[in-house]
Amino acid sequence: MNTSLSWIKRYVPDLDVTPQAYCDGMTLSGTKVENFRKLDADLEKIVVGRVLEQVPHPDSDHLVICQVDIGNDTVQIVTGAPNSAVGILTPVVLPGGRVAGGHDGKMTAGGIEIKAGKLRGVDSYGMMCSIEELGSSREFYPEAPENGIYIFSDEDGVKPGDDAIHALGLDDVDVEYEITSNRVDCYSVIGIAREAAATFGKSFQAPEVTETGNKEDISSYLSAEVIDTDLCPRFTARVIKNIKIGPSPKWMQRCLASSGIRPINNVVDITNYVMEEYGQPMHAYDLDTIAGHKIIVKRAENGEKFTTLDGKEYTLDNTILTIRDAEKGIGLAGIMGGENTMITDQVQTMVFESANFDGTNIRLSSKKIGHQTDASRKFDKGLDPNNASAAMARACQLIEEFGAGEVVGGMIDIYPEKREPVRVPFEPDKINALLGTDIGREEQLAYLEKVELAYDPDTDEIVAPTFRQDIHRTCDVAEEVARFYGYNNIPVTLPSGEATTGKLSFKMLIEEKARDVAEYCGFSQGMCYSFESPKVFDRLLLDRDDVRRQAVKISNPLGEDYSIMRTMSLNGILTSLATNYNRRNKDVRLYELGNIYLPKTLPLQELPEERMQFTLGFYGKGDFYDMKGVIEEFFGKIGLQGIVDYDGAPVQPYLHPGRQAKIIYRGTHMGELGEVHPLVRASYGIGDRAYVAVLDIPSLLQAATFDRKYKGIAKFPSVTRDLSMVVPKMIEAAVIEKMIRQRGGKILESVELFDIYEGAQVMPGYKSMAYSLVFRSSEKTLEEADVSAAMKKILNGLSSLKIVLRQ
Amino acid sequence: MEIERKGKTMSDIRERLERIRQQAVQHMDEARTAESLNEIRVAVLGKKGELKDLMKGLKDVTPEDRPRVGQMVNEARDVIEAKLEEVRARLEQEKMARDLENEKIDVTLPARKADLGHRHPNQIALEEVERIFVGMGYEVVEGPEVEYDEYNFTKLNIPPDHPAKDEQDTFYINKDIVLRTQTSPVQARVMETGKLPIRMIAPGRVFRADEVDATHSPSFHQIEGLVVDKNITLADLKGTLEEFAKEIFGPETKTKFRPHHFPFTEPSAEMDVSCFKCGGEGCRFCKGEGWIEILGCGMVHPHVFEMCGIDPEEYTGFAFGVGLERIALLKYEIDDMRLLYENDIRFLKQF
Repeated sequence: MNTSLSWIKRYVPDLDVTPQAYCDGMTLSGTKVENFRKLDADLEKIVVGRVLEQVPHPDSDHLVICQVDIGNDTVQIVTGAPNSAVGILTPVVLPGGRVAGGHDGKMTAGGIEIKAGKLRGVDSYGMMCSIEELGSSREFYPEAPENGIYIFSDEDGVKPGDDAIHALGLDDVDVEYEITSNRVDCYSVIGIAREAAATFGKSFQAPEVTETGNKEDISSYLSAEVIDTDLCPRFTARVIKNIKIGPSPKWMQRCLASSGIRPINNVVDITNYVMEEYGQPMHAYDLDTIAGHKIIVKRAENGEKFTTLDGKEYTLDNTILTIRDAEKGIGLAGIMGGENTMITDQVQTMVFESANFDGTNIRLSSKKIGHQTDASRKFDKGLDPNNASAAMARACQLIEEFGAGEVVGGMIDIYPEKREPVRVPFEPDKINALLGTDIGREEQLAYLEKVELAYDPDTDEIVAPTFRQDIHRTCDVAEEVARFYGYNNIPVTLPSGEATTGKLSFKMLIEEKARDVAEYCGFSQGMCYSFESPKVFDRLLLDRDDVRRQAVKISNPLGEDYSIMRTMSLNGILTSLATNYNRRNKDVRLYELGNIYLPKTLPLQELPEERMQFTLGFYGKGDFYDMKGVIEEFFGKIGLQGIVDYDGAPVQPYLHPGRQAKIIYRGTHMGELGEVHPLVRASYGIGDRAYVAVLDIPSLLQAATFDRKYKGIAKFPSVTRDLSMVVPKMIEAAVIEKMIRQRGGKILESVELFDIYEGAQVMPGYKSMAYSLVFRSSEKTLEEADVSAAMKKILNGLSSLKIVLRQ
Repeated sequence: MEIERKGKTMSDIRERLERIRQQAVQHMDEARTAESLNEIRVAVLGKKGELKDLMKGLKDVTPEDRPRVGQMVNEARDVIEAKLEEVRARLEQEKMARDLENEKIDVTLPARKADLGHRHPNQIALEEVERIFVGMGYEVVEGPEVEYDEYNFTKLNIPPDHPAKDEQDTFYINKDIVLRTQTSPVQARVMETGKLPIRMIAPGRVFRADEVDATHSPSFHQIEGLVVDKNITLADLKGTLEEFAKEIFGPETKTKFRPHHFPFTEPSAEMDVSCFKCGGEGCRFCKGEGWIEILGCGMVHPHVFEMCGIDPEEYTGFAFGVGLERIALLKYEIDDMRLLYENDIRFLKQF
C-alpha cells in the first residue's frame, strides 16, 4: 500500500512531523513503513517564472533568449524548449539549484546541479524545466507537453516567484506501508490516516459527504437481484445521467499521481480515488448496454466464456461469481468488468456499482482465472459491507462536485444481513495481566478511543466499528492498548513459575556424537535439499521395482528436479562431491544429517515416516577401510563397538559389487558402506574413486547407549603369540577372528591382524595373514601351559577352516 | 745421610704431589670434552696413574712419615676429584647447551594438521541458539517436516482458504498434507500432549515455494519457541528475547519491538536488534537503518489454546520464530544463501 503524505494530511490537517518522524512513529504503532521517498529530494531552488520577452539566439536556429520574471527579479535564460513563448508561466531552476534528471526522463542519483553559464556565447541564469526534469512524467501530469517545458495553466493560480515544487504538488513524500492481513481497513487512505491521527495525537477528520441525487428514482432506470447472496453480502448501485467526460481537477490528479495512479478522466479518476480513499473498489457500466436494464448477481455457468474490458477472454465455471444483465455476463464480480458494458467517451448514462463480495471467493476466482486486479486485491482481503454505501455516497458527491454528471435519486441496496459492530467485554485487569503492565482503566480507554473503539458504560463493553474486523476478544483489545501505550514502554521481565529442565533428546545427543566423530575424521558438514528429481533412482541404478522408488510427490513442485521427497540420502552427498570435484577441490570429505521420507502407502494417507540418515562421502585420500574406520569410531562413541557385523554380499546397485558392506546389528540392517559403483561415479562426474556410508539413525537408537562400566586395569602380565598363516582367499577376516576368539576362551584378551599379503610367495587362491594374539588373566600370572592349551584349540579351529600355519 | 735422604724424599714427594695437582687442575680446566676429562682422570687417579705411581715411592718414606704422606696424597686426591666433578658438571652443561642449540627448529614452518572437518554455519548458529535456551530451561523438541495441513495452518488459527496460506507459498502433497511452511506446528503438537508448563524450542527444516536466489531458498530452517504457564506476560516475552539477542549478538545489543500480526499470536510483534556492525548508527549492513529485523513473536492466541485443549483463562504463553539462516547469514556476513546448500569445501572450511 502506497500513499502520499499530503493525502494523509487531508484527513489529519494538524499532522506536523518530518517524514522520518512520521515513518518511525507509524512503524512503532503497528503500521509498518517499508520505505519512503521524498519526491523533491533532488529538487532545489525552483520557482515559477513568467517569460516577459523572447528573442531568437543570434548563433542558433533552435535556441531562444528569454527574459524571465522570477518574482523579485528578472533573469535571462537561454532555452531550446520548442513551447517557450512570451507570457507563459513555467518552473525555473535558478543557478545553484538542482533538478532530478534530464528531459529524456533519465534520473540522476543526487540530482543535477544547474549553474549560470553561457549557451553559444549568451549568458543564461538558470533553466526552464520539463516535468521529466522535475522527476515525474506525463503519465502523472497528462497536461504536460510531450516535448518541452511544463506550462502552468490559469487555474493553477500561480504567479512569478512562487515555489514551483509546491505548485506542482512535488513537495510530497511517497510512503510505502506493509499492511498486515488483519487490518483490512488500512488498505485505504482513510484507514492509514486514522492510524496516523491516533499515533501522533491529532484529530482525524473524515471527508464530509453530502446527500446527492435528483428528484428521479433509480427504479425507473434499473433493477437488480442478488441470487448468490452467500458470495455477495451487499450490492449497491446508483445511476448517473448526462455524463460529461473530462479531466478531473488537478488536486485529484495530484493525489492519484502521488500514489502512482495515472489520471485518466473524471469518472475513472473518481472510482480510483474512492477506491484508494475508502478502500472500496467500484465499477461503472454503460446503462445503455445493460440488457433489460436489470443486473443479476449470480455464479457463472460452467464453460461460459467472458471477455473483460481489457479485451482478454476467460472461460468460467460455476464457482466464479458474475454480474449479469437479462441476457449475458457483464462483469467478473470483484475482479473486472466486461468489454460489453464498459464506459466509453460516448457514454450517456452509467451505473455505479459498489458491492461487497466474499473475499475468499474473489481470491480463489482471480487465482483460478489467473487475473488479479487492483479491485480483486482489495476485495480478496474481505471488506466491510457497511463501507460499500459510504464509498458510493462519496463517489456520487464527487460526480456532482465536478459536474461530471447528474446523479439520479435513490440507491439500489440489497443487503439482507446487516453487519453489526462487535462487542467485547472491557477487562482492564486481564489486559494488564497479559501485557505485564499496570495501565489504569481510564488510560486504557483513552488509547482505545483514539482508534474509534468506543466504550459502552451500560454494558461495560468495547464496541468495535465494523471496519475493525480484527477485534473479537480481549487479547485483540489488549493489542490496541499496547500499541498506543507503546510496545517499547512495556516492562522487561523473565518468566516466573515452575522451573523446567532444559535438555536435548537422546536422538539429538547421538546426532551430536555423529557430527563430532565425522568432523574429527576430517568430514565437513553439508546440507542438502529434501526434495529431488525422480531421475535420481535411475542414476543410482535402482531396479525398476525397488521399493525406494516409491516416493512422496509434491503436487506443486518448483520443477521436475525438485518434485519428490527423497527416499534415500545418497544423491545429496554425491551431488555435493561432484560439485567439489568439478571445482577442482582435492580430497573432499563431506557428511550430512538429514531426513528421508518413506511413505507407508501411496498415494499418501498419513504422514510419511521421516528417518534421520547419517551420510558420509569422500573422494581422494583414503579407501574403504578409512570409511569403515570412521563408522567404527562412531560406533565406539555410542556403545556399539565390536558388536556389529559387516556383510559383503553385493546388494546395493550403486555400490561396487566387490567393495560394499551391509552393517548389521542382531539381524537389523543399520546401514551400509562401500565404494561408489564406477558407473554411478561417472554419471555424477566424480573422476576419483569415491566412498560413501549411510547409517540409519533410528535403527542405531535401538542399540546405542552412553552407559559405560569401568573394568579394572590388568594387574597381571600378558603373553603374546604371533600367528602367521596361509588362508584360502575367500575366507573373510571376520570368520578367522571369530574362530580365534571362540577358541581362545576367557584368557584371550585381543586379536589383531598385523599383516595381510597376496602375491608372489603365496599360492594362487590363497592369502598370507598374520595375527598378534594377547593372552592375559585377570586372576593370576598365566603359565605356559595355559597359553599352550588355548593356542592348541585355536590352531585346531583354524585348520578346520583349511588354514595352514606358515613355517 | 739417611735423614737427609729421607728428608729429601719427603720434600720430593710434596713437590711431586703439588706438581701433579697443579697439572691435573690445569689440564682439567683445559678439557673440552667428557672424553678428555676422563683421560685426565685415568692419567692421574687411574690404576697406573700418577698418584698410584707416587704411592709406590711410599716405601722409601720413613714409617713415621708415612701417615703424613698418605694424608697429603688423600688431600691431593680430594682436591682433584672435586675439581673433576666440577669440570664434569660444567662440560655436561656445555654439551646440553650445544645440543639444544643444534636442535633449534624453524617454528614458522607449516604445521602438520589432523585435517579436522568443519561444522556447517547453520549448525553452529543453531547450537548457539540451543545452548542459550537450554540454559534457560527449554527443552529442544522436533516435529515432522511433512505435516498435516491441519497442524501447519488450522490449529494455528489459519482456517482453510485463509489468505495467509497463499502468502506462505506452500508446497502441497495433497489437500491434507503439506511440507511445513513453519516450525510453528510443533507448538500445537507439544500443547496437545497436555504436559504443562511448557518451555520448548523446536528447530527444523521448513519449506516455501520460492525459487532459489541469493536471498531465497525453497528449504530453510526456523527455530520455534514456546512458553506456556500461568501468568506469562508480554513483558516476559520481551525480557526473554532481549536476553537471547544479547547472548547471540553481544551484550551491547538493543532491541525494539514493533506491533505486527500473526494469526496464532495476539498481541503480536516483530523484534529488531540494533545493528551489531555499526551499533545502530546505520551502515551498509543494516541498509542505513541501524536496526535489523530478526524475529516474529507474540502472546499465544487464546483460540490456539482452545484448539489444543488448554484453558486460556488459566494459562497464557508466548511464542516466537527465528529464521536460522537469517542469523547465520548476518553473523557470518554470508551474502548469498545458495552457498549454504552447495557444500563447496572452500566455503565450509571457513567455519
